[in-house]
Amino acid sequence: MLLLIGRRLGSMILVMIVVSALIFLALEATPGSVATKVLGPYSTDQQREIWMAENGYDDPLPERYVRWLGDFLVGDFGESTRFKTEVSNVLWPRVWNTTILAAATMALVIPISLILGVLAGMREGSRTDRTISVASIVTTSVPEIASAPMLAFVFVFLLGILPGTSSFQDGFSIAELVLPTMVLVLYDFGYVTRMTRASMAEVMTTHYIRTAVLKGLPYKRVIVKHALRNALIAPFTVVMLQVNWLLSGVIVTEYYFAYKGFGALLLEAALNKDIFVIEACSMIAVFVAVGTQAVSDIGYTFLNPRIRFS
Amino acid sequence: MTETTLPMPKQPNILARLFKPVLLIRESLVGMIGLALVVFWVLIAIFAPALAPFPPNANLMSTQPPGAEFIASATQMIGMQPASELCNAIEGDPTKVDCGTFWLGTDLTGRDIFSRIIWGARQVLIFAPLATFVAYIVGIPMGLWAGYSRGRIDTVFSFISNVILSFPVLVLYVLVINLIGASAFNIVAAVVFASAPGIFRIVRGLAMDLRAREYVFAAETRGEPLAYILFLEILPNARGPLIVDAMLRLGYVIITIGTLGFLGLGLPPPDPDWGKMIAEGRTFLQVFPWIPLFPCLAISSAVLGFNLLADGLREVSLRD
Amino acid sequence: MSGFQSDWEGPVLECRDLSISYYTRAATIPAVQDFNLVLNKNETIGLVGESGCGKSTVAMAIMRYMGNNGAITGGQVIYKGVDLATLSEEELRQLRGNEIAMVYQEPMASLNPAMKLDRQLMEVPLFHEQVGEKEAYARAVEMLASVKLPDPERVMASYPHQISGGQQQRVVIAMALLSKPSLLLLDEPTTALDVTVEAGIVELIAELAHSLQTSMVYISHNLGLILETCDRINVMYSGQVVEEGTVADVFDKMRHPYTQGLFGAIPLPSADKSSRPLVAIRGQLPLPHARPPGCYFGPRCDHFEAGRCDAGPIAMQPVGDDGKHGSRCVKWQEIEWQKGGSGEAIEVHDDFGESVLAVDQMKKYYELKDNSIAALVGGGSSRFVKANESISFLAREAETVAIVGESGCGKSTLAKVLLGLETATEGSVTFQGKDLGKVPVQKRSRDDVKSLQMVFQNPFDTLNPSHTVGSQLGRVIRKFGGISDGEAVRRRVLELLDIVKLPGDFYFRRPRQLSGGQKQRVGIARAFAGNPTMVVADEPVSALDVSVAAAVTGLLMDIQRTYRTTLLFISHDLSLVRYLADRVVVMYLGNLVEQGTTEQIFSPPYHPYTEALLSAVPIADTSIEKKRIILEGSLPSVIDPPKGCAFHTRCHRKIGAICSSEAPPLVDLGDGHQILCHIALDQLRAMDPVIVQKDAAE
Repeated sequence: MLLLIGRRLGSMILVMIVVSALIFLALEATPGSVATKVLGPYSTDQQREIWMAENGYDDPLPERYVRWLGDFLVGDFGESTRFKTEVSNVLWPRVWNTTILAAATMALVIPISLILGVLAGMREGSRTDRTISVASIVTTSVPEIASAPMLAFVFVFLLGILPGTSSFQDGFSIAELVLPTMVLVLYDFGYVTRMTRASMAEVMTTHYIRTAVLKGLPYKRVIVKHALRNALIAPFTVVMLQVNWLLSGVIVTEYYFAYKGFGALLLEAALNKDIFVIEACSMIAVFVAVGTQAVSDIGYTFLNPRIRFS
Repeated sequence: MTETTLPMPKQPNILARLFKPVLLIRESLVGMIGLALVVFWVLIAIFAPALAPFPPNANLMSTQPPGAEFIASATQMIGMQPASELCNAIEGDPTKVDCGTFWLGTDLTGRDIFSRIIWGARQVLIFAPLATFVAYIVGIPMGLWAGYSRGRIDTVFSFISNVILSFPVLVLYVLVINLIGASAFNIVAAVVFASAPGIFRIVRGLAMDLRAREYVFAAETRGEPLAYILFLEILPNARGPLIVDAMLRLGYVIITIGTLGFLGLGLPPPDPDWGKMIAEGRTFLQVFPWIPLFPCLAISSAVLGFNLLADGLREVSLRD
Repeated sequence: MSGFQSDWEGPVLECRDLSISYYTRAATIPAVQDFNLVLNKNETIGLVGESGCGKSTVAMAIMRYMGNNGAITGGQVIYKGVDLATLSEEELRQLRGNEIAMVYQEPMASLNPAMKLDRQLMEVPLFHEQVGEKEAYARAVEMLASVKLPDPERVMASYPHQISGGQQQRVVIAMALLSKPSLLLLDEPTTALDVTVEAGIVELIAELAHSLQTSMVYISHNLGLILETCDRINVMYSGQVVEEGTVADVFDKMRHPYTQGLFGAIPLPSADKSSRPLVAIRGQLPLPHARPPGCYFGPRCDHFEAGRCDAGPIAMQPVGDDGKHGSRCVKWQEIEWQKGGSGEAIEVHDDFGESVLAVDQMKKYYELKDNSIAALVGGGSSRFVKANESISFLAREAETVAIVGESGCGKSTLAKVLLGLETATEGSVTFQGKDLGKVPVQKRSRDDVKSLQMVFQNPFDTLNPSHTVGSQLGRVIRKFGGISDGEAVRRRVLELLDIVKLPGDFYFRRPRQLSGGQKQRVGIARAFAGNPTMVVADEPVSALDVSVAAAVTGLLMDIQRTYRTTLLFISHDLSLVRYLADRVVVMYLGNLVEQGTTEQIFSPPYHPYTEALLSAVPIADTSIEKKRIILEGSLPSVIDPPKGCAFHTRCHRKIGAICSSEAPPLVDLGDGHQILCHIALDQLRAMDPVIVQKDAAE
């Protein structure tokens, strides 16, 4: 068990190292282009050479990578060309905002999808099942770029009950959080619901559920004690992996609602070639994704006694 | 052996066999609705030139409400042609022409939204299937090889796919497009790069399951070459789940292409792109809601079609 | 609790004209028709039949657990005088697990994998008898002890996957018995287990039946097991009971052609391939919605008479006066009944030719590999699985050599090494004069590859479902036959189909349109396509129903005889091995423990393992008496085999410390008979035979 966790964490670190190298290579392989991006397209060759010499860009690539990684680990991401300040000054508040958004989304997605999934999978083929299944397919078919305008149209302009932007100009406001959360929940819950449903439906057909029923247990106990424990192992993994999708959805949603989050920051940085912000944002995104995956794997082994005790 | 010639049996109708799975989808209501949506959009994409009343980029500078008849000055240009060549002359007024109806209104630059959605369908239904197809071409052989051979090849391929999959999808697109620039080819390339690892994983899982079948074992005892075992013994038996996956993936690629267009990382202007239409129209949501909402409906219904079709196929394939 | 009397003296269970149907989209499928049964207190009744006859459906109907698509369409199930159809959901719940309990076919699948066994066991008293936790725990432990599980407390704290299959089944039995049910339903309780483990479970069930005053319904496809466990028997065919009666009546005075056919198709110690070959029942089971009019067995019956047998539904006819024996055959009084089949004698052949295969001191160790990225980078330790340990034997032309052993004995690994899918770690495998032990199949010459082919076990995946029968056979012919002309290949495929007695229009069929037996025939055709010198058959009939298995076995032997092929027959079924093998190799945990001619293996002296194996095999013959040897414990792991003699942990003849410290010698008893054991020769020679034919006079 401990060995398993150790191995999982080890491979997580390995993935992070490779990812960081890839990001570094993609963005900083040629020092000249870095200088151009930092100093702007109208800088002179001389300016760039001075900048490169000052910032150690004349050193060989491996050396630069190691130094870059070291800086990264201590939280020194460099300076944003657009905000003219340390990247970390811009980044952390943005990450915090996104955390709020993601937490709100997950807090809704997890209970909604698990409950609906279990209800649907409990009696496969029933009316409840078909309604929930079709509904979850329909909602996952509406991408964030479509649901955002549609929901905004209904709630902001037709009903006029919610604000159309979520930039928190007058400080944090729950009302501004509603629309972005709604967009993310709508798109994300369907997938988890369907996974839960499939898992539950499969468990309900197993022989051990038959054993439990024929043992004369009340139906409620069969579901709660025998089915749920097994049926929720798979969705647990899916929920954790959903964080990866959420990080994608966050970019669109934040951009649409002018939410000052980290997804919007990454997009702005990409459009403005704000190189150090891009690096920091992608590293954080991958770190979160890989981290949750490791947590989900470890959690899976913990939930599944077959693996835990072997 | 004796020389008695055994009679050759008649070959059953191949066409009937090929169409049987297609006919099976009839048994799933959900699948039929999906199929209808998909066929609807495919027909629109194919007959776009005939169906669209206006050239997609024709600029008639108007803010007409939806459904209004449009009377334009005969000298105005639609695309590269004078309006008078596309529209009907109005009796009694030689300076004006009747251009028909803008069924879904126009956008702020006077382009017919109806026509742009129709042309947008063509755009999306060329690039999404193309990108998905290429991703399968890449993912299938690698997945088969890794799942069948296991060992080191599997370790290496799996690690590569894990690395790529550890990027949140859109972050990956933003990075890749940022690196190689937005063009039709690059977008297809980015989609392939981001989707192939997922396909690899699925195929690998199927191959690991199928490699233990006795018919694969039998092929091995005959000393069949690797390619034969992978592509003729294993792959045909994985096709069911792969077709379902392909439909889901197609829907997702449509979303991706739309999202990239929406974020300004998609195809360069001015060709119509549903995502870009939403992005351009969203500022007028309050005043002219049809400008962003119709493309929203278009992309959602197309994706819904593929998703419902996938669900129907899965339902049908699980039976008997 | 409810109104069921614990001192009820009438029949515990009655099924009256029970009919059960399944609904599919296409049609309603009548699975069981007019099923009647009366089960008295302390009685065990056996339901026997081949797959698809409806025997498990009956058990589920008794439990009233029919799923979404099944329903009882007629008749009644009466338990202690109460019609179960009148019970409410809640009353039904109280009945299940309390009055009627069940034991299932797959013990692993029947236990909840994510729940410790203590909870799963304690639930029964907790929900049926309103006892406290402590009391429930105590009862569970007590019950585990009475199903002879060592260390019940440890078992209680385990998850199902942490104990062996045999132990799991004992837990399931304990769970069923916890509430002291009046009726126990056993649905193929030992089918998923190894023979030696099965023997222990069967003994346990028989003992419990006596001590607990429980009536039982024992469902099985194995007539031998029914003989060992039941008082009465119902033989089912295509959803109907075709014959019922006491075990003695049905086994010795059968009065239905199907029952007779069944006995003719199973290998019994009295059967021999030369004197009394197996007779398959021709044709196949009719589909439930395409049953013939009148007698369902009519189309497959030798005594079929048009106008009588197909005139209309046939009722159960009483046979004898005691009212217990009955047959659903209109002609039972006219048929000349004789026990067993009436196959023609086949000339014996023992003119074996040159040695074709010589395995000498062959060892196969697997390295347990770690393929994670960390191991690739850092090396890492490795452990070995000793799958085959010093195996030596010979096989001559036209000879049938059987490899016998239970799961994990290394017989499949041996096959893989022979075929070149694995290479030997040490020793040699000489095939037609060439050492192929370390030559993988890719490096073997085409001639070597085609000369050594295989018939597989599982009919459901022996053929690739995506290709037609014709194209699969054609591929083999192109590969081996050197024929490339399309027309010639097609002709050869048709010839092959003819050899395995399949019609030519199977050419364009797909595997899913074939029955299990037909698929196995195609599999045999595939193996023989290149005129092989030797064919390895890995349990080729173990997944088939007995009547079909007999036909496939016969076919295999016919072809072998015609082409003088050497057959290496891998099997766990000793009866079958005795029937068809010329020589036998017995394996246990990777070791060859005994080898010799069939005669030598099946009579003393035995290796203790062979002795136990022989005793464990259920034999469907009332005139046979067996010595009872039940092996203790379960099969050790191959990764960590016992020191000394691999068998010492379960051996009933263990002689002392030497068994667990020193590897035993391979003792030669002459004429090629070898036994791997420490026991002195004279003591081995003094053993009694396990299987004894009772004197006809007695």
